[in-house]
Amino acid sequence: MEYQYHTASEMLALTRRHNLSVSELILAGEAELGNGDREALLTRMLDYYRRMKASVAAGLEITERSRSGLSGGDSRRLHAHSSGNRVSALGQAFERSISYGLAVLETNAAFGQIVATPTAGSAGIAPACLLTWQEARNASDETASRSLFAAAGIGKVIGYGACFSGAQGGCQAEVGSACAMAAAALCELDGGTPEEVVQAAAIALQNTLGLICDPIGGYVEAPCMMRNGLYTLHAFGAAAMALSGICSIVPFDEVVGALREIGEKMPRIYKETAEGGLAATPTGLRFRPRPRMVPPSP
Amino acid sequence: MSLSTFEIIGPPMVGPSSSHTAGACRIAWAARQLLGGTPEMARIGLHGSFYATGQGHGTDPAIIAGLLGFHPDDIRIKDSFAHAAREGLHFEIGEIDLGPHAHPNSVELDLRRKDVALTLRAASVGGGSIQIQQIGLFPVDIRGALETLIFWHLDASGFLARITAVLACVEINVASIRTSRFERGEHALTVMEVDGTCPADLLSVLGRMRSLERMVRLPRLPGF
Repeated sequence: MEYQYHTASEMLALTRRHNLSVSELILAGEAELGNGDREALLTRMLDYYRRMKASVAAGLEITERSRSGLSGGDSRRLHAHSSGNRVSALGQAFERSISYGLAVLETNAAFGQIVATPTAGSAGIAPACLLTWQEARNASDETASRSLFAAAGIGKVIGYGACFSGAQGGCQAEVGSACAMAAAALCELDGGTPEEVVQAAAIALQNTLGLICDPIGGYVEAPCMMRNGLYTLHAFGAAAMALSGICSIVPFDEVVGALREIGEKMPRIYKETAEGGLAATPTGLRFRPRPRMVPPSP
Repeated sequence: MSLSTFEIIGPPMVGPSSSHTAGACRIAWAARQLLGGTPEMARIGLHGSFYATGQGHGTDPAIIAGLLGFHPDDIRIKDSFAHAAREGLHFEIGEIDLGPHAHPNSVELDLRRKDVALTLRAASVGGGSIQIQQIGLFPVDIRGALETLIFWHLDASGFLARITAVLACVEINVASIRTSRFERGEHALTVMEVDGTCPADLLSVLGRMRSLERMVRLPRLPGF
């Protein structure tokens, strides 16, 4: 096996040895594992990217609140605001990026179709970042979707070294991973070297460490939706910092180690159980689901 | 363990939860394959968080959808109870305690179709990934990232050698094999993961092997 790795430092060594971008290394690695040839892999990722864009579009159409009453209609609100005369000083793309992240989670809460990236609760960040990038750069779906292989390359390192599950590692494992993956994709799209791609991921991930998973009522809606919106901005910021030559003090592999350690030591009440944090506030408690009704057999 | 790109980006699914919705659907989809079709009767025991928070995450309709053969990205998942009524799938969903060591998102399925009965235990381990842990009384570890062949057979010498010889003839690579039995010469279960896809004529040859009671091909799970 020529293209397999478990850590970012191994991954970087392989990109240097084979003179490949992170995306191209991942593509070669998948083909080596027998998961399909290059064309089939690119086509499948293009399909996934178009599904991601569809999940953004579907969310922007939602006007009703979800069954729990915790979300719905907010992405549309912000998207409309981004075209108005009170748009943020940071511009339209700033607001749209957030609205796209919100939109995917609204689609998700409405039992709509999304692509888990890496999980459903963090599925908005990568699509929002890539769609915003694509609109700003006037690029093709093919170009944008290819960067998802770089995102997956960073995701693998986190999967090997830590985990993606809120129940095991808190929100840092879900939103943090998604943010690092999106930052890596953005960095590569804007011409970053493999070293800069890994720096972008390191900067993004360390800025999410400690984030707890405290879903109100146990639903994948609040604060998940807000985080999917706002962490798109972290991903853009981290990619820009890496491209400017800023380096994380702690290398990516060690940041992943910190993610794991924090996840392991994080109290259970902050790991998707809805027993702590925002879920346990007086307002949060009002959204607790009623005791379960067993559905009758038809 | 080797993670593939599409375990990280994906699966495509309907919301809201990769473990409680997509993983639940995949477990049931795999169970339907092992049974050989849509069950006529399904008893579903939900353990831990699957029972406690499953309702808000659509775990129940996702499991029924999987038993009907729907993929995790099928928009019919939310209406699966109505589809079950039309397809003649009767079901009961309740709580089960699988003990303190069970994964919080675990399920036990007790399925019946014509003269086949199947009980299995599985867990949804995060991000839509699953692990089938027990088939009948036999412990197994099936993840569904590779095509998997499952053989119910009598424990007889040469059984595995015959299978691997047939696979070798058509250059199908075996990734893992696990056989479990309780008594020598009694019933046994063999689970074999292979690279690629077994052609139908190969399965027909394997299906005629001596000592074989039943064989099922579990394709890669949807989204892998």
